[in-house]
This record gives sequence, C-alpha cells and structure tokens, in this order.
Amino acid sequence: MLEFFMGHYAYWFTMILLSVGLYGMLLKKNFVKKTIGLSIFQAGVILFFVSVAMKEGATVPVKADGLPVSEVSNYMNALPHTLMLTAIVVGVATLGVAYALLINIYNRYGTLNEDELIDKIQ
Amino acid sequence: MIGSEIPALIPITYILFAVLIPLIGLWKREIVWQLSLLGSGIATFFSAWGFLHLIQTGETIRYYFGGWTPPVGIEFVYDGLAAFMVLVINTIAFLVLIHSKQISKVEFPGKKMPYYTIAMLMMLGFNGMVLTGDLFNLYVFLEISSLSSYALIAIGDKRAPLASFRYLIIGTVGGSLYLLGVGFLYTVTGTLNIIDMHAMLPQVIGHSSVIAALVLMVVGVGVKAALFPLHGWLPDSYTFASSSSSALIAPIGTKVAAYILFRVVLFLFGVELIDDQLPVTTIIGIFAGIGILYGSVMAIAQSEMKKMLAYSSVSQIGYIIMGISLANPFGFIGAVLHILNHALMKALLFLVSGSLRLKEGHSLITKFNNSYRKKYPWTMAAFTTAAISMVGLPPLAGFFSKWYLALGTIENSNWILLAVILISSLLNAVYFFRILEKVYLNDPDDVSMEDTDTIENNEVGFTMMFPMAVMAIGLLLVGIFNAYIVNVIFTMFPAGF
Amino acid sequence: MELTYVPLYAVLVSLVAVPFILLSSKKPNLREFWTILAGVIKFLLVLTLLPSALQGNVIELQLIEIAPNLPLILKADTFGVFFALIASGLWIFTSFYSIGYMRGHKEKKQTRYFASFAVCLSSTIGIAFSGNLLTFIIFYEMLTLATYPLVIHSESKEAIAAGRKYLSYTLTAGLLLIAAAGITYSITGTLDFVPGGIFGEADLSKSMAVVIFLLFLGGVGVKAGIMPLHSWLPSAMAAPTPVSSLLHAVAVVKSGVFGVIRVVGFIFGPDVMAQFGLNDILMILAGFTIIVASLLAFAQDNLKRRLAYSTVGHLSYIVLGVALLTETGLIGSILHISFHATMKITLFFCAGAIMVNLHKKNISDLNGIAKVMPWTMAAFTIGSMGLAGIPPVNGFVSKWYLATGALEGGMLVPVIIFVVSGLLNVGYFFPIIHRAYFKKGGPELEGHTEASPFMVVPLFGTAILSILFGLNPDLFFNFFDMASSVASTIFNSI
Repeated sequence: MLEFFMGHYAYWFTMILLSVGLYGMLLKKNFVKKTIGLSIFQAGVILFFVSVAMKEGATVPVKADGLPVSEVSNYMNALPHTLMLTAIVVGVATLGVAYALLINIYNRYGTLNEDELIDKIQ
Repeated sequence: MIGSEIPALIPITYILFAVLIPLIGLWKREIVWQLSLLGSGIATFFSAWGFLHLIQTGETIRYYFGGWTPPVGIEFVYDGLAAFMVLVINTIAFLVLIHSKQISKVEFPGKKMPYYTIAMLMMLGFNGMVLTGDLFNLYVFLEISSLSSYALIAIGDKRAPLASFRYLIIGTVGGSLYLLGVGFLYTVTGTLNIIDMHAMLPQVIGHSSVIAALVLMVVGVGVKAALFPLHGWLPDSYTFASSSSSALIAPIGTKVAAYILFRVVLFLFGVELIDDQLPVTTIIGIFAGIGILYGSVMAIAQSEMKKMLAYSSVSQIGYIIMGISLANPFGFIGAVLHILNHALMKALLFLVSGSLRLKEGHSLITKFNNSYRKKYPWTMAAFTTAAISMVGLPPLAGFFSKWYLALGTIENSNWILLAVILISSLLNAVYFFRILEKVYLNDPDDVSMEDTDTIENNEVGFTMMFPMAVMAIGLLLVGIFNAYIVNVIFTMFPAGF
Repeated sequence: MELTYVPLYAVLVSLVAVPFILLSSKKPNLREFWTILAGVIKFLLVLTLLPSALQGNVIELQLIEIAPNLPLILKADTFGVFFALIASGLWIFTSFYSIGYMRGHKEKKQTRYFASFAVCLSSTIGIAFSGNLLTFIIFYEMLTLATYPLVIHSESKEAIAAGRKYLSYTLTAGLLLIAAAGITYSITGTLDFVPGGIFGEADLSKSMAVVIFLLFLGGVGVKAGIMPLHSWLPSAMAAPTPVSSLLHAVAVVKSGVFGVIRVVGFIFGPDVMAQFGLNDILMILAGFTIIVASLLAFAQDNLKRRLAYSTVGHLSYIVLGVALLTETGLIGSILHISFHATMKITLFFCAGAIMVNLHKKNISDLNGIAKVMPWTMAAFTIGSMGLAGIPPVNGFVSKWYLATGALEGGMLVPVIIFVVSGLLNVGYFFPIIHRAYFKKGGPELEGHTEASPFMVVPLFGTAILSILFGLNPDLFFNFFDMASSVASTIFNSI
C-alpha cells in the first residue's frame, strides 16, 4: 500500500497538479484565476513527461566531462526534455493569447468576474 | 522531381506567406487579400498535384525532415487519406478567402493584415496536423492551429473575445489531455512515430496505460472535433466570429480533428486492437449518435442563422465520428465522403449567411422574407442546393455519404444508429425547409410586405458569388460522380479492412 | 433503329425544356409551346419503345456507376413502358388543360408551375424506367421535390400547410425506402429489379422479412395512399386542379403503386411473399383502405376531396390485386393503373372546369349545372360509370380481372370487397350526377356556358379514351397485352 503511493510519487504529483488546475478552471469565478488554473494544468502534463525521463543514478542530459555519452545510463532520457521545451513554449504562447483576450474583455465590459460578465451580457 | 517534395511544400507555402503578408502588408495595405489568395492558391495547387500524383503512382510519400530517418527524426506521411484531406481543406480555404474580400471591409476594417496572417498560420497548423507522422509534432501543429483560431474568432463582433476565451480554456485542456495520452504511449513504447508505434502496439496492448492513453487522446481530440458532450465551445464561437472566420474554421477545423480521430482509432491502434480491452468504438458511437440528435434538435430551436449552422455542425460531425465508430469499410467510406461533403456544404452555408449579413445587416431567420428571392436569386439558389444536400436528397452529394453510413450501420446490425441517421435527416429537413419557405413563399400573415415585383435585384458581387457558385456546383458533381471518389477512398483503407 | 438511348432521352426531354420554359416567362404562348412540344416528343419517344416492349425485350442503359456495384441504370421493360406511356400520354392532355385552367383562373406564378411540371414528368418517366432500387429512389425523391412547388402553388395558408404535410409524409417515406434498400442490399448484394424477385436464395427469417417488407411498404405506401399513410392526399387537393389531376391521380400516386408492384413482383417475388405471409398484410391494409376510403368519400362535400378519397380507394384496388398473388389479379392491377388514370383524370378535369367556369367547389352547389356544361357533365358521368365498374367504360375490364383473380386464388373476401366498393362508388358519384342533371339550378347559372375548349376538349378526350379502352383494351397501345406479359414474366420466372 505504501509502495503504491511512495513508489509512484511522481504520478501522484502530476495528478494533484492536474486536479488543482481543473479546480481553478471550473470553480473559480475570476477569469485570470481560470487562466492560472490552465497554466497549472499544463504544468502537470509537463511534469509527467519530465518524470518519465528519469533514470536512477543518471544526471541531467547536459554533456558532462567524465561521463561518456555512449554510456546511455549516465544521462537521463533527453527526448522528453526537448519535447517539453516545446510544450512550455506552447504554454507561454497560449497564456499570451489568453491574456490578450482578457485585456480586450476587460476593456469592453469592465470586469473579469464570470457572474458579473453574464449579467452584463444579458 | 517536385512530386516527392509536396508534403513539405504545402506547409512551407503557408509559413512563407504568414511571414510575407505582415512584411508587405505594413508597406502596402491593399494587397493583403491578394497575397492570402496567392498563398492558399499555391497550396491548393500543390495539394491537387500531389493528389493526382498519388493516384497515379499509388505510393505513399514519407518525407523525412532534415534527412533524419524515423524514429529519430520527424516525418510527414503523405498517404491517400492525408492527400485527400489536404486537398479538401486547402480548396475550401481558397474559396472562402476569395469570398472574404467584401466581408473584411465591413466586419473587421483596418484589421485585414493581422487577419490574413493569422489565417495563413491557422492553415499551416491544419495542414501540419494532417500531414505529420509524429504524435508530438501533431500536438505542436494542433496548438498552432488552435491558437490561431482563438485569435481569428476573437476578431468578430462584441461578444467574440469572450466566446474565444471560453474556447481557449476548453481547447487547451483538450490539447493537454491529448499530450498526456501521447506521454503514456511514449512511456510504454518508446517511440513517437505513428507507423512505428502501430507496429509495436499489439505487443503492449494489455497494459492499462495504453487504454488510458487511448481514452485521453480520444477525449482530447474529441474536444476539438466537437464530439458530444465536449462540443460546448462550438455554438458561441461560430456564432460570434466573423462570417469568414466561421466559414474557415467550421468546415475545416472540426474535420481535421475528426481526421485525427481516424488516425488514432483506425490507423494507430487499428481495427483489431481497438475493442479488445475497452469497447471504445461503441462508446464513441453512442456519443456520436446523441450528438447527431442533439445538434439537430438544438438547430431547430435557433432563430439566428449562424447559431443554427453551428448546432448543425455539431450534428454533422456526429455523422463522421459515427462512421469511424462503425469500424467497417462502408462506415469508413461514408465518413470520409462526408468529410468532403460537409466541408463543401457547411462552407457554402456560412458563406451564404455571410453574404446575407453583408446585404441585410443581420442573419435572423425570423426576419427573412420572400423579398430575398428577388434580391438575391443566385445566393438563395446556392443556399437551396446546400439545404437539399444537407437533408440528404439525391442526386446531391449529401445523399451518398448518408447512404454509405446507412450501409455501414446495417452491416454492423446497428439498427439504433440507422434510425438516428434517418430521424436526423428529417430534423434537418425541418430547419432548412423552414428557411426555404420563408424565402420563397409569400407569408400570408405578413400584410406589410410590399409587392415583390417592385424589388430590385441586389445580388452580391463576383468575389462573393464565385466561391458560392463553385461550391454549389461542386455539390452536384460530387454527388453524381461519387463512385469515382469512392473508388479512390477504397485505396485509403487502413490495414485490416 | 437503335433504341438503347431512347429511355434516357425520354427522361431528359422535359428537363431540357425547363430552361426554355423559364426563359419564356414573359411570353406565355411560347412558354406553353415548350411544354407541349416536350410532352409530345416524350410521348413519341416512349411510343417507339412499345414494339420491343410487346416482344418482351428489355432495353437497358447503364449510366454511371453511382456507388460500387450499384449503377444508375435505366431499363425499359414492359412494365416500365406501360407506365411511361400512360404518364406521358396524359401529360399532353393535362398541358392543354392547364392552359385553359391557369389562364381562366388567372393564376400567378405560371412559369414556376409549368417548369415544375416538366421536372415532375422527367422524374416520373425516370421512375418508370428505373432498373434498380437505387435509381428508383433517386427519381422518387426528385419527384417529391419537384411536386412541392406545385402543391404550395397558391401560397395560401392552406396550401403551405398542405405542402408541409406532403413533405413530411413523403420525406419520411423516402428515408424508410432508403433503409429498406440498404438492408436488402446487405442481404442480397444487389438492388436490381428482377421479375420473380431477388430474395430467392437468401437466408431470410420471418421477422426480418416482415420488417423489410414493412419498411418498403412505408416507403412506397405513402405515395400509394395506403391507409393510414394516405392523409396527405386529401390535403394536397389545395393544389390547382391540373396538379391534382395529373400528379395526384396519375403520376405521384401511380408511382407509388408502381413501386408497390416493383417491390412485390420484382424485389420480393410471389414465392417469398407467400412464404412469409407478406401478402396477407398487404391484403388487409388494402382491403381496409378500399372500404374506409369509399365510406369517407361519402362524407365529403368538396368535390375534389371526394375525388381524393375515391382515388385512395381505387389505388388500393391495385394494391389488393397485387396482394392476391394470382396472375389474373396482377393483370387486373396493372390494367387498373392506366384505366383508373384515364377515368380519374377525366373527373378531376371536370372538377377544375366547374371551378373555373362557375366558381363552384362544393357538391351541394352543383344543382342543374348539366344544362350549362353539358359536355363536362357527360364526361363526368362516363368517368364515374367506369370507376363504379359499369361497362362499357374501361373500369369494368380491370375490375373484372381483379375479381376473377380473387376467385382464381380461392379468395372470396376480396371479391366481396370489390363488389361492395363498386356499390359505394355508385353511391357517392350518383348523387353528383343526379344533382347536375335533375335538380334545378340557381340564378347564378344565368349567362354561363360551357368552359373553355382548352379544358373541355381534353376532358372529353380522356372520357372517350376510357370508353374506347373499355371496348378494346388493346386499342392503340396494347395495354392488355403488356399487362399480361408483365404478369406472366413475374409468375413464370420462379
């Protein structure tokens, strides 16, 4: 039982982050908080990938002297790291677009609270 | 030999023009529209060339970027289905962009340069999604197209940015879920290449993470494809976006997502594996069926044309996804044919609503009256063609995709889905014929209507009429000659059919 | 002469006329000229197919393959030529009649009317010459679409409501037909019309057969006016009378019974029908329809509505004759397709003439009109006699064969039904004649004379035809020979 939790702590952490992100997006009324929730959600996915890359006894995939590259077990799996660099950039771009939209909405309606916005639209 | 470079040339054209349009646009504002036409026109040309080349030689082109062979490198796979999809989406984009000239003057004046740039980027994203053979690369292009579409939708009327924001939240969650699914698969198989993974999956299929991955990917892509109940973003986004944006995104965006579902369910996992551990296709079929009926019923309840078309899109995507869920040859043919047919029909319908908005200032169905018949004879003729095709009356295209889908359901003895197809055709008839009645017939109650003989023809200009006419004629031709198209679709079957 | 393309030309000739009609909208005489020209050419083309049809030859023309293994195929077999002849022949009469009616009634939107009519006839000939179910469905749906503008022609509230009802019935029917065709295709692998049926070898359970048959029946039964799917017919009387006469007494409804015979004789086949008791279902529905429709006809005061219910009843004569599954009965059915057509069209033409000339729609207003419109009422009497089965009008001949067919099958009930409904026919037609001839007319009849010759000549012509066919069923067109030939190919190719 303990093994189930401790042995897979990375996955649990991912789950927690995903849940927190979802909570933020669904239950928070302020749009900025929703966006933060989105960001946390994406961070969860990224964390998952990075945790998959982990190997016991290996170091970060940056070439270090004394650790030959041909000996694969010296370095963590570099591929997920590179993929996640792309994903992080995608996340940043998404945040940019989201905030641009929010600025526009704020200028138009004067509020970023979901309930007030619904009232104003009616 | 340019033929083998086609898979790369198509997206590169869009990137090129996505950069060119801002550069030249800042210097000379007026030729932005022409540049976008040039870009999508060249891409369409390449798509057509590639498609014909493929039919003649029958070889799938695998294009390795940078010369790196998979699984190390990223590749684009140009097989029959991809070539077909690319041809369809680029042709539609080209026609819609022609139409957008007048709309851009009215609905977003002064923002033409950013609009066309983003449109180019969005098409880049869509083409990339279709062509790529790498799962993560698919995610990247998915996000490119999504971000562009959020921006494109926000360029609209007053309520557009809010609709776009809603879409952003839901869409990004979808993309992230898809990415998570990809991660699961990577962990188990160690590769991201679709063809490679397809070979490896049978060995690891029992693993619970593979099933979880399938579910995540289907749900993630399902958000983009507006599979019920993940369709919530669609009605508002399509309604409040500008008419050209709706016409661009509606026929293309959800279709590409449905295409991804094709790839994941039928090509990546494959027909034999898919139902082993979890009746995924049954579940997808049920949701698709509900979506078909839900979309049709909601469409009847709408009084504004764009919103009605949005719900209609939810319904029509249901047909395509239902075709996927049947997992038999007829269902496949029906679904692929419906991708083509619906793209044509929906694009035409949104263009018509755009034209009407331009001329009348609104697209409220309750205010339609039969002066339209005199004022816009050709536009309404095109609308009638699309309406008859949507209902599924021969010899127009819509009948044939429904016919194959019906045959597919019969082959699986799935009588419920057969009934769904038939009932929804009737429901479609209700909301389309209602508009036709209003436009063509005298409303006996409306005594304020002046005598229609005095109303002048006020038809839309050439740039708007030409794409609509081409699409309407296309519907007729696709219907009559659909046997040739189906013969080509036969070559696209995944292994196991 | 090379006949292979004639069926195609026959279908297309009126489609080709449509642009001409549309362009001549400002010149009514020219416009009507196109209609009549197309009608005559169409009729002559079908006529050239007659000799080969009498020999039992089938002229087949495969157009494009519209789905894998399912071509769009035109087949001019004996049955198809039979139907096409009566439809195209009567169109000529109707076109002349339309001229008189539409102009006399000062109708609007005549261009739309004539153009839609042309498309309808194209579809009808297409239905007649369909070689397989898919082609049939395509032309069937085209007919639905093309008749809609005609039903809602006057654009009054009543007409639009009737149009909606018509569409909802016929579109649903089309969908049921598609479902039935799809299932048939998946079981037999083909959708061709073959005398004796295509289900012969197939592995069919009783419940499956019943379901498929009911789906087909839903599909063709709507247009064939089988109860309870018939109620669009009386509502559709809101259309102008030429529409009611040709389409709803001849083309649309006869396409429906044509479809029923194709389904029973060429898709299921008499064997399969008997095997699963499907003909019993058909017999019950048809018998019920005949009696109830004849009774309902009594209750109608509007002349056209009475004629509509009469049509519903007579259509089920044809269906009942088919359900008997005897050769003689089938001959009677097929004959009744064309004989009922000539008689009913006469009656509708009369109704229209009365309406245009005297502005009367209801039977209770028809006192003494025979003095004013002698030719019209004479024709009406002839038509009614025929429908009641009184010689020498052709209705007697088809009824005779229908009754003989029932006796041959050892079934007494259908004979009783035929006799009873014959009496009911007399019952609901005779009062009209009685009023017209023997009651004194009101003052509003002063100064009126017979209706326009454009209307009277066609209606009297069809009446005379009815008598001539009654005296010699093979006159001109060998209708009797064709009917026998069709019946024997169906029953003997087992």
